[in-house]
Formats: sequence, structure tokens, C-alpha cells
Amino acid sequence: MTDIKVTINGQEVSVPAGTTILQAAKQLGVKIPTLCYHEDLCTSGSCRVCVIEVEGARTLQASCAYPITAPIVVHTNTPKVRNARANILQLLLSEHQGDCYTCKKNMNCELQTLAGSHGIDTFKFGHVSWENKDDEGNKKEPCFGESNAPIQFEREKCILCERCVRSCTQFQNIGVLGKCGRSNETHISTFKDLPLDEVNCINCGQCVNRCPTGALTERDDTDAVWSALEDPTKHVVIQTAPAPRAGIGECFGLTPGIPLTFQMNTAIRQLGFDKVFDTNFTADLTILEEGTELIIRLYKALVGKDASAKVPQFTSCSPGWIKYIEHFYPEMLGYLSSAKSPQQMFGAVIKTYYAKKFGIDPANIVSVALMPCTAKKFECDRPEMCDSGFKDVDYGLTTRELAKMIKESGMDLPKLPKSDFDDPFGSATGSGVIFAATGGVMEAAIRTVYELVTGKKIESIFEKANIIPIRGFEGVRYAELPITEVGAVPQIIAHLVPNWDWLEGATLKVAIAHGTANAKKVLDDIKAGGKFSECHFIEFMACPGGCLGGGGQPIPTSLEIRKQRARAIYDEDMAYAVRKSHENPAVLELYKEFLTDGPCGHKSHDLLHTSYTARGKYIR
Amino acid sequence: MIIESNYVSTLTFAAVNSEASFASTQKKGAQGIIDEITASKLRGCGGAGFPTGLKLTLMAKEKTHPKYVICNADEGEPGTFKDREILTNYAELVFTGMAIAAMAIGGAEKGILYLRAEYAFMKEHLVAVIAKCKVFTGFNIEIRSGAGAYVCGEETALIESLEGKRGEPRNRPPFPIQSGYLGQPSEVNNVETFAWITTIMSKGAAWFNAVGTVQSAGYKIFSISGDCKRPGVYEFSMGTTIAAMLNAVGGEGAQAVQMGGASGQTIFADQFSRKIAFEDASPGGSIMVFGPQRNMFDVAENFLEFFDEESCGQCTPCRKGNVQLLVAVRKIKAHLQGKEMCCKNKEQAHGCLERLYSLAETMQIASKCGLGQSSANAFLAITKHFADDIKCGGRK
Repeated sequence: MTDIKVTINGQEVSVPAGTTILQAAKQLGVKIPTLCYHEDLCTSGSCRVCVIEVEGARTLQASCAYPITAPIVVHTNTPKVRNARANILQLLLSEHQGDCYTCKKNMNCELQTLAGSHGIDTFKFGHVSWENKDDEGNKKEPCFGESNAPIQFEREKCILCERCVRSCTQFQNIGVLGKCGRSNETHISTFKDLPLDEVNCINCGQCVNRCPTGALTERDDTDAVWSALEDPTKHVVIQTAPAPRAGIGECFGLTPGIPLTFQMNTAIRQLGFDKVFDTNFTADLTILEEGTELIIRLYKALVGKDASAKVPQFTSCSPGWIKYIEHFYPEMLGYLSSAKSPQQMFGAVIKTYYAKKFGIDPANIVSVALMPCTAKKFECDRPEMCDSGFKDVDYGLTTRELAKMIKESGMDLPKLPKSDFDDPFGSATGSGVIFAATGGVMEAAIRTVYELVTGKKIESIFEKANIIPIRGFEGVRYAELPITEVGAVPQIIAHLVPNWDWLEGATLKVAIAHGTANAKKVLDDIKAGGKFSECHFIEFMACPGGCLGGGGQPIPTSLEIRKQRARAIYDEDMAYAVRKSHENPAVLELYKEFLTDGPCGHKSHDLLHTSYTARGKYIR
Repeated sequence: MIIESNYVSTLTFAAVNSEASFASTQKKGAQGIIDEITASKLRGCGGAGFPTGLKLTLMAKEKTHPKYVICNADEGEPGTFKDREILTNYAELVFTGMAIAAMAIGGAEKGILYLRAEYAFMKEHLVAVIAKCKVFTGFNIEIRSGAGAYVCGEETALIESLEGKRGEPRNRPPFPIQSGYLGQPSEVNNVETFAWITTIMSKGAAWFNAVGTVQSAGYKIFSISGDCKRPGVYEFSMGTTIAAMLNAVGGEGAQAVQMGGASGQTIFADQFSRKIAFEDASPGGSIMVFGPQRNMFDVAENFLEFFDEESCGQCTPCRKGNVQLLVAVRKIKAHLQGKEMCCKNKEQAHGCLERLYSLAETMQIASKCGLGQSSANAFLAITKHFADDIKCGGRK
């Protein structure tokens, strides 16, 4: 199809049919303000902030929702447009509780920015603030029951852009959030107005990542962490996941993709944490446990013809994904690896192995986890996650919460000196780092499993151990890896399988899905006996992009931002001396000193593995 | 005013034989139908007045199948009840019109009549009429209902509702002709439009456009209510003046009429010489007559209460604008009664009104659908008509 000529503010551009006016304007460098529009989400066209004049049209048009199908002449800056836009902003402000100083999103709020850039200097149509919130006319019932869930909602700050509904329903294909009521009573709600911890919410936080105001935020656990830090009787340790270090710079004004791993270590120490550990250590441990489990599972299924050994094995690192499958596919829980996530493995190791080694009473240890994730808050609160005899992980902090703590302490993170992680877990391997990106767990697993089975270096088939075919951002990816020859069974798992003969000539089939909408496609395909039912191992991540696109990461998010964070992650992987989980010296030390019966042995089963709850779709 | 009778004028529809019309239409073929309807200059009777022939032409050009023919029987506009009359007495003309439209657009697999939830009592009767209309084999008509939201009379919200979703208007373009019900080309017309299609195919385009004005041909059915002696359902030829219409219904002496329901135009007595036509006093489906005893601010308040209730809540101007205007009209009322002086002087009142006019204009041009684009009409007309009174706080 031939391109169509569009004239915007006197400038001409040719665009393919179907291009929106907003996209065409962007090509010309003409800025049109938007609010409900989000590039990750389907079009809404409801806020009307992006209205513009199309010559010949009786009314103004929403530029985000207007596909160009014929040559048109557009004006984005006329008195009519400016007046309408100002009135629309004023109407939005009239329903938004704009107590900006006390808002978690202060200085990171799209409505605040729009008000600032449109010369709003008075409230033409009224204003809601905590002072007059209870006055008649401004009083609003909470949309749905309040709860202690990781996702918190304040109705008074909601301006009904529906980004959360679209994130939940279209982007993630979950559908916990919807709209209720009409007209001025319209509000975001849940099924029967139940609190978020009583519906099928998986706590992925994608709604939080896209909320333009402070209506949706994570539960703030920083006060509890500050209290622990101030308590001299407590030994406070923190583990930091790989994704936050690739994103936290954005909270300090850096462009996406600049990792601040070692500056962050310094900041954490200055905040008063006693030790800072790298979650990558237990990411490597996860690979050994989950990889061994995969081998046992395949051996049982392929050699023993044991129907109870469900193949493909699903990864279990992403707590949003776990809650998703518990709710929506409870009949498929048997496919899940029983290995805990790296966060929970670390929690159990800290309050047992580490406590014993350093002679610290685990009762006095406060274990904090820095995660890119809102669902991790739910995960560490799971009642079954107490295998150390205590709550394995006490608090899960998001990247945003740590950034806030650092700012409160007056530190400028990017300018801090660098410092390393603490022993005895040291800095881990490149395989642990790439857990942050979609496909990373699979890549780490392949690096290890391939070497354990064939006895050959992964570099012999993938240059520099970079398994490019499974990287990227395509929603569902599939790859095959032929095992042409096998080696000797390594010592560490020699007691589990007699030899590798049964794998000789086999083709390892793996798949990767990120975002629950994509997970759903794969699960439905498995149920229907499709291509994915023939896989051996599948990585699932609840969040699009994997952990680096997690619900606890800096706001805003976009595909480009996620790509930049991924680049930082893969660069970091290349910088490690050791890049394979089974070569991590600290992990091998742990098996030698503590988990003496090896991967998937009794001790590791007690501490590092878990079970799941068939929740089903919730109906009270 | 004493109502003399609830009146139904003699409608042309009474004299049309739908079966005969369909039989003769079948011989003309798709292009024949489109030519006839185009020549008749029939325009959509739901209010917007889109040329029916052009809509059929555009639908026929769409290559995708299946196509749907949808009859909008969600007669929700306050003061409108003509479709109820048509469906009660002339439903076969409507269904036949749908079948004719299906033929014209190159074959539609299915017809859907979206029946106003409050008209559920009619469903049994309509199903019986469909069963009787054996003539159109291969074209099935289904009757569907929503949950009673006014906004579902807007065609794209109606389609959303048909798809089982919350009734909210869609972004346009694409229009239903390109992507309507289930993403397929859909011909959405009002009940009356379909009845006229059958009638025109029977009596000919020349008969229809022999009356009316240059831009508005033929006849139109009206629901007339309010301060008149003979409220009811009337058929007038296009171009009839408001004064003549008032004479016919016994509404002489009215101070204003509301054309086209709450979302239509408010026309005061000084303009009763205007013609009922798309290019002048746009007809819509209903006319409300307001006698001299009425407080027009009560009327504005009543309409705005309605819109504040019925806005779907999706787009900002409509969701928050109607409530602003409602609060404003209540303040103006109190102000005129001297109860609450929100504006201390003429200048303040003027500034206040200008702010509201500016808001009303934004609602008219920036709302997503016809609801928000028209809900401020009556407010604007009435407050402008009485602007001097408002500025003086009712003290002339």
C-alpha cells in the first residue's frame, strides 16, 4: 500500500495507512501531550488530552486513536485545541486528589507534569485534597476493600485512564481490574469489590508500572526496614537481585541501561545494612537444584516411563507466575519445578548456613530482599516459606523503595564509590546475572546442563557462551539443542543417574514465555497437545521482559527501556570471570560444607524446595 | 393544560404491504435498491441524518464477510417513543427493511435488532412477526437486549454491548461500516429508517422526495410530548415549520420546544418560523413542548441530571463536564431565586458564565461520542437565552 501524505502544523510527512496522528507527529518532532496513551497497551482514547484539529472534522480528534487512512491536514496548536486541553486537564484535576508533596509519585507523576507544562495556575473546576476529601461532593467510597496486598490503590488519585485495566486485562490477560459504575461514579474495581488479596491478582505490579498518577503503588515496607536498621540487636542483611541494579539509575536521572551494582553496595552499607549479598549466588544454586530436578524428571519420564514425572518442567523463579498458575491452571502444578525462587533459597540459607557459620542467632537476623518485583512481597509472606525455622525472608523491597531510602539518606547514588558484595557468598556468576532478562534462566540452565551431560564446553557450540537464539523480546520463543554425544556423569550428581546413554542423540526442546498473556498461550498449547507439550523445559516469567520489566522497577517503562536494561544485564554477564552456575566456587563450597547430600538431596529438599497451592479462580 | 387525546396521526406505514414491497424489491437487485434509496434522499432517522443510500453504498463496497445488519431499537432519548409505535404496529416493515438492506450490501448473514431493555414486553410480539416474515430465507434476525444504558443507543456502544462488553463508545474511525460487530462491516440504522426503506421500495423514490426541502426529503415520524393538547406520534413532511407543528399538536403559546430529545436543540418562540429539517431545526425523533409556565432552568437541570446519570464515564469531558454543568445550573437557579448569591456582581457572573461556556464548548468538540458532544446543548441555549437575567441575579 502506498503511503499517505499528512500535513501537521504545516509540515508534511508520508506515513503508511493506519499510522496514528500521534505517531506521524512524533516522526515530525511535533509533540502532542498524552495521558491515557501507553505504548505497551491497546488504544483507549478516553482521556482526550491528546485532542487535535483535523481540517474538515466537526469535532477535535484524539490523536492517539485516529488512524490515518486518507490525506489529512492537522493542527495541534490552535486556540480551540489549547482551550479544550486546558479544560480537560482542569476536569482531571477536579477529580484527582492532588496533594503532591505527600504523594509517593511526587516528581514522577504524568498528571503533575502535564499540569506543569500547561500553565495550570488555578483550579477552575474545583480540587480534591485531603482537607476537603470528606466534604459532600468529594467523598468517595473506596473502590474495593482495602488490604495489606503488595498492590495498593487510592481511588482519590485515580483519573480513570484505564491503563491499569488494560495492563491487567489486555497486556497480562488476567482481568482482575475492571471498571464499575457510570458517569461521575465510574471507578476501577475488582470482582464484587473484593480486596486485591482476595481475588485472582498475581501481584505482578504491571498496573503500578503504568499508572500515570499515585493511584496505584506498591505496599511500602521501608518503615519496617528502617526500624530494623535502627535496632542495634538486629543483624540486618540484604540480598540484591540482578534486575534492580540495571534499573535503579533511572530513579537518579540516568538514562536506562547504566548498571550501578557496586555503587548500590556502598549505598546499602551506608544505610546501615550489616551485609550485602548477591542474589545471583542463589540463582546459581537454583540452576543446580532446578537443573538436577530436570535431569531426575527426564530420567524418570523417559527411562522409567513414570507418568507422575510431568514433562515439560516449568521454572519457578517468578512469584507472579507461580500465583498465576495456582489460580488459572491449578491442574498443571505438577509441571512446576519444586525449587524455590533464588530469593527464598537465599532466605533459607542465610538463617541456617550463614547464621551457623558466623555464630549469629537466626532469631536476630532480619533478612531483606531487594527485588524488581511486587510479587516478591507476597512470596516472602507465604506461610510455607519458613523452612529455616523463621520467616526465611522478612521484607521484600522494590527497586523504587530502595531508591527512596537512598534519597532519604541524602546520597546521590551514581556518584558513590564502588564496593563489592560480602563473603561468604561473594560475587556470583554471569549466569546468575542474566536471570533478570527473559530467557536468562533458560540460558543459564542450558550452559550448565549441556556441560554436565556432554562434558564439553558450551563455547564449542555457542560463541562466548552467549546463547543468542533464546534471547530477545518475542513473547514466546522456542529452541532445540541436539545432544549428539554424552560424557561421564559428574561427581556431584553421580548418585542420581547411572549414565547419560539415554540422552545420547536426543534433542533438548526448550521454550520461553514472558508476560502471563504469553504464558497462557503456551499452557493452552500444552493442554491441547501442541508443540510445547513436547518440550522438556520451559521458562515462564510473569512480567513482560522478565524481571527487568518487573512491577517494582522504576517508572516509566517501555519496550525500549526494557531493551536498554537487558543490554546492561548481558554486558554485566560478559564481565564476569565465571559465567556458569556449576562453576560458582561458593555454591560448590555450600554443597561441600552444608548441603552435603548434594543437589535435590534431603537437606536441600528441606530448605530449598517448596510446594504449591491449587487456588483456582477465586469465588467467595 | 388538559390533554385532549393521546394522538397518533395517520402514518404512511399503515398503507404499505411489506411482502409485496419485498417481492418487487428482489427483482431490482442490489444496485437497484441502492439507486432507489439514494435517489429518495432518505437520511438516517436516529438523529445524525447520515444519507442512507451512501451508507448502503459504502457497505456494499466492503469486501469482508460476514456483514451484519443491525437495527438500533434502543430508543432511549428522553421524549422519544415513535420507534415503540412503529415496532408495535409496523414491525414487519422494519424487518423487511433490514432484509432489503442485507440484499443491497451484497448479502448479510445476520440481522440483529437491539431492543431497548425497557421494551422487553415487546419481544414476544417481535419474535412472532419475524416468524411470519417467511420471505427472506437465509437471513436470520435475532433480537438482543442490553441492560438499559442510554449510551448504548450510540451505535458503537451498542455494538460493544452486543459483543457482551460494557457499553462504551469506540474510537471512530474505524466506523461500523468498516469494523463493527465482531470487527465485521455492520450496517446500523434506526428502526424508522428501515421502515422507510421498505416504504420507499414500495412507493418509489420520486414519491418520497416529492416533499421536503432540498437537503431533507420526504417524511419523518415524531414523538411529541409536553405542554400541548394532543401529544402523540405524528408524521410530518420535512420542512414543516415549528409553528405549524405546534398548531397541529395544540401547543400554541409555547415558550420553547426541544427538538431531538434532551441532547437536541432548544428553540425559543422567537424562532418558531424555523423549518424542521436537517439543515435548520434538526429533527431527531422527538419534540418536547414547553409552555410559558415552565422554568427553563428546571428543564436544563432535569436534562443534566439525566446526562450526569447516563454518561458512560469513559472520556473526561463528559464524565466530569456534565456534573460541573449540573452543579452550575443549580447554583444559577438558587442565584435567580436570590437564595444564594455565588456571584457578587454582574462582572463576576459574567466571568462565571464564560467559564461554563468554555467548558460546554470543550464538551461539544472534545468528547468521544455524541452523548458528551450534545449534552451541553440545552444548557448553552437556555443560559444564553436568559443571560441577562443571570447576570442581574434575576433582578431586571
